[in-house]
Parts: sequence; C-alpha cells; structure tokens
Amino acid sequence: MALPEIKQTATEARLATLELPTAGCTKPAREAAIARVREMGLPDRRDEYWKYTRPDTLVQAEGTKAALFDNDEPLMFDQIDRLKIVFVDGIFDAEASDDLSLEGVKIERLEDICCTDIHWAKDLYGVLETRGHDPVPRPLAALNTAFAADGVAIHVTGKPSKPISLIYVHKDEASDAFLHHIVRVESGAEATILENGPAAARFNKCMEIDIADGGTLHHVRSQGRDHERRAVTHMFTRLGSESVYKSFTLTVNGVLTRNEQVIEILGDDAVAHVAGACVGDGDFHHDDTVFITHDAVNCESRQVFKKVLRNGATGVFQGKILVKAGAQKTDGYQISQSLLLDDDSQFLAKPELEIYADDVACSHGSTSGAIDDTALFYLRSRGVPQEVATDLLTLAFLAEAVEEIEDEDLSADIVSRLESWLSRRR
Amino acid sequence: MLEIKNLHVKLEEEEKQILKGVDLKVDSGKVHAIMGPNGSGKSTLSYVLSGRDGYEVTDGAASLDGNDLLDMEPEERAAAGLFLAFQYPVEIPGVGNMTFLRTAVNAQRKARGEEELSAADFLKIVRERAKSLKINADMLKRPVNVGFSGGEKKRNEILQMAMLEPKMCILDETDSGLDVDAMKLVAEGVNALRDEGRGFLVITHYQRLLDHIKPDVVHIMADGRIVKTGGPELALEVENNGYADILAEVQ
Repeated sequence: MALPEIKQTATEARLATLELPTAGCTKPAREAAIARVREMGLPDRRDEYWKYTRPDTLVQAEGTKAALFDNDEPLMFDQIDRLKIVFVDGIFDAEASDDLSLEGVKIERLEDICCTDIHWAKDLYGVLETRGHDPVPRPLAALNTAFAADGVAIHVTGKPSKPISLIYVHKDEASDAFLHHIVRVESGAEATILENGPAAARFNKCMEIDIADGGTLHHVRSQGRDHERRAVTHMFTRLGSESVYKSFTLTVNGVLTRNEQVIEILGDDAVAHVAGACVGDGDFHHDDTVFITHDAVNCESRQVFKKVLRNGATGVFQGKILVKAGAQKTDGYQISQSLLLDDDSQFLAKPELEIYADDVACSHGSTSGAIDDTALFYLRSRGVPQEVATDLLTLAFLAEAVEEIEDEDLSADIVSRLESWLSRRR
Repeated sequence: MLEIKNLHVKLEEEEKQILKGVDLKVDSGKVHAIMGPNGSGKSTLSYVLSGRDGYEVTDGAASLDGNDLLDMEPEERAAAGLFLAFQYPVEIPGVGNMTFLRTAVNAQRKARGEEELSAADFLKIVRERAKSLKINADMLKRPVNVGFSGGEKKRNEILQMAMLEPKMCILDETDSGLDVDAMKLVAEGVNALRDEGRGFLVITHYQRLLDHIKPDVVHIMADGRIVKTGGPELALEVENNGYADILAEVQ
C-alpha cells in the first residue's frame, strides 16, 4: 500500500540527510533496512502507535540543540568495577575506553568486523529488528539499522568477571547520533551490560539481543540527565529455552524519551523481566512501549514501570503481552503506575493482553495517584519534615521497580541517583 | 506540660462541631486517661493535638511546655516532644522500618540542634529497645507495619515512642484489637517509659487497659467536652455501670 504523500515526503526528507556508513558485511542488512523505512514511512502524529508521543522532533531532518548538563555529581556506576566502552556523540572513543579484551566475552566494534566474511553478527544485525515490525511497525529502528554509524558486537561465551559498560558522552550541543549494538549470549553464559549517559542532542539507539538456551543477560541503564536531549531507543530481545533476560532503565530528565522493548520468548521455561523508573519535572515526556510475545511453554514475563511526574510532566506506558496459542503455563505480570505530584502532570497508559492459550496466568494493572496523605501525616507526626517525608514516599513508590535489579551495588547506585534528583529538584 | 484551654474544633469540610470546649492539664510524670463513648471526640482531640489535616480550631488553645502547639507543623510538634500512638498505625510499603525509625530520630535531633546518631549507635539502641518489646530483627527489616499483625503494629508504635523519647505521649485506643497477652506486652512497654519528665494521655474505651497502665487521673469525655474528672475509681465505675449513669448525672 502506498504511503500517504505527507508521510512519504517527510520520510524522504529525513533519508536525504543521512549517509550510509562504510558498511562491509552489514551492507545488505542496511540496504534492506532503507527499503523497510521507505515501505513503512517514518512515524507521524496520525499513527496509532504514536498517539501519546509526538514523533516529529525524532523524525524531522534537522535535530534540535540540547544544552550540556553540568554539575559535580559523581558519574553513574563510578564505584562499579566494569569494562568501559565510551562513545562521544555516538562515535567510539578508543582512548577513553578500556582495552576491550575480557575473559568470557568478545567485544568488537561493528566497523572492525565488517570486512570479514563469516561472522555471527551477520545473523543478528537487523534480524531481530526486522522481526519486530509485526504487528506494529517500528520504522525508527529500521532507520537505525540502516544508518547507525557505530556500535559494538558483544559475544558472551562465558561469565565475564565484570559488567560491560557502555558510556554515552554528549559533547556537541547539536549532535544527532545513531548507535546499534548486537549482543549474543551463548548457552550457559551470563553477563551484565550497563548503559549510561545522554549520548547526544538527539539519540537513536538500537540493541539486538539474542540469548541462547540457558543464557542469562542482565541489563541496567541510566539515561542521561541533559534536560533538553531527545532519545528513541529500541531493545529487541529473543530468548531461548531456560534463558533469562532482566532489564532495568532509569530515566531522570530528558525532554523526550521513547523506550521500546520488543521481547520474543521462543524457548520453554524462559524468564523475561523489564522494569523502569522515571522521574520527570516540567517539560518532560517519557514513553515506555513494551511488546512481549510468549511463544513457548512455562515462561514468565514481568513488566514493572513506575513514573514520578510533576510540574506538567507527561508519562506514557504502552505495554502488551501476546500469548500465542500453545504458550501454555505462561505467567505474565504487568504493572504501570504513576505518582502525580501535582494536578498539572499526566500519565497515559494503554495496558493490553492478547491471549490465545487457555492455561495461562496473566495480570495487569495501571494506577495514577498522589502522595498518600495518611502516610505523609504518619511520617510527619514522627518528626520527619514534610519534604523529607515526601521524598521517602516517592522512593518507596519507585522501590518495586528498582528492586528488579538483582545486583545490590547497582541498585544502590540507582537509588542514590534518585535521591540526588529529589534533592536537586526540591 | 500539656495544657488545653477551651478547645473548640470543627471539621474543615463541614459544619460539624466536634470539640466544644475541652479543658485539660497534664503535668510531667502523670498519666491521665480519657474515657468516653463512641463519637465523644476522643480521637479528634488526639489528631488535633498532633496536627492532622481536616480539622479547624475555632476557639481555644493548646500548648506543650508553654509553646503553642496549634501554631506548629506536625513535625515541629514531634520535635517539641509530642507523640501520638495511632489507633490504626499506617502501613508504608517500600519504606523499611529501620530507615523510618532512624530518619525520624535524626530529624528530631536535628530540629533540636542535637547531633545525629551514627548508624552504629542507632542500631545498638534500637536492638536493645526492640528486644524488650519482643520485636524481632525481621520486623525491623520489613516495610513499616506492612504485613504486621494488630499486636505487632501496636508494639511497633511503642518502639517508636521508646526511640523518640517524647515528653508527652498520647495513646489513642492502643488497646483496640489486642488480645490480653499483647495488651500486657504493650502496657509493659508503656510502663517502662513512665518517668518524672514524661506525661501520658491514654485514650481508651475500656477500663482493662488501665489495669495495666495505672492512671493518676481519669476524665470522662462526652459530646466534645470533659464532663467528669476523678481518680482511678472513675474508670471502675464506668466498667461496672457504663457511661449512661455518669452522663445522666452531669446533664
């Protein structure tokens, strides 16, 4: 079906600003991705999937500038022993990065593997993204596959001793960056991937994750604090049997963030958890869009999303669990909640279940509310000042999401980040 | 210590007068009990003194050691030495009991210009005081009052009281929902805190709590006023004859 003319014009205008990187072995995938973008067209306001989030600033040919955030807060994950891989405005910075060798994992820059003939990357780059358009197109992910200038391929074959930390530095106020990472976790292997930083004024990131039978991947991300930044991210994850995927995202500020998680559970007895905590103030729009497909027996999925909003901030949650016929004994849980600290903020939620198997347990809930007056009075009656009590209750509200992080050092770091946001915004 | 003069209170949202001129004075070291039928205004008195929203003071005054209570925020009243043990202690999911206790203790110390307790010192004190109230380590770790039984909640109130060391303690129907053993335990906790420098106002429906926490003075409250004041024998009179006789007598 031909695209509406207005959408076609906008899509071509965006494509005209982008150049295909020296593509090597990903060249066919990139060319196919451009064709997908042309077929789907880039999103606009009329698309149902973008009903609550305006995509125009993510799509338009020219990005808008974003001022750099500057204060003396310690850097995220600073106390964690990790392998650092640094990107500045979306380009790998070898000098700032650690040596990429680590036992149990092979990390290569996409650019470096492009010339070799046979590489696992070929079977993954753009592959999960392509699968992720059914039933809803995600053209910004295809755009990423086509034009990502940089990224890494992470091949986990053992149990690396420390997390692999992707650090996204934003230095240019006008940067417009695409990053695309691919991750393959082999059978029985286990790793933790960290991501943090604002990355760019406008950032489009895609990560494709393939977890083989019995593999485990932990993912903890903290999206940057630069208030004016815009970001759209896609995580495509495919799970084999008895594999585990646990992802947590913290979002503190950013004028626009759309995080999409697309998860396909294809092997029996697998577990997928995605969680997010976001705190937004004022001109802040945060969208979590999640699509989990159960296509195997006896699998568990959890979605836990919490948003604290004030001064007119907006939160969006679109979450779906699709249980295919035959995916018996599925245990699906989905909760999305917002704490609205004033009357000007809003939370828009669209929780969905679509179930074709008859022996499943799926639950979903979504709430919006203010601080509990009774609890607030109880704390104050014990001498806790109102502001401190409000902060305590705010952190308590976010706790269910933060508790999804298994590693205590990482979750403590996330909590300290939330505390500093609360004190800064007080 | 606590001095209440001609206190008139109505609900903020509606034209309903609840307290219609309460006069009461509790000195240091004394235990006063307030008894009275349902709806007499006992709980309202405790809420107004501790600063809960939803009430409007239309006349009168209340002070603690000469400081005007009604002019203070709830946290300021607490730091000034007022403590209310809630009839229905509030569950706060996501806030650890220990975190809550330490935040409260240190906030009050800070407000009074005292040095905050170190984590180690705090832990030592809380363990010791929890032990005598039979509060185990698990209850200290769990979120505030979440999943606690009725008795555990009330013991947790007394633990907070023991940690905060207030000058004036108001116990709002602390005996409600407790079996005899639990009530004894709570009463022992309260009695351990009886001290020359500390006053108590014990609000209850029943005389049985007063068997365990012996009051110096007993007040009967009805229709928003204190209608009769006497010694411990007044509580026994209520227990034997109900409120009807006393109310008929004062009308």
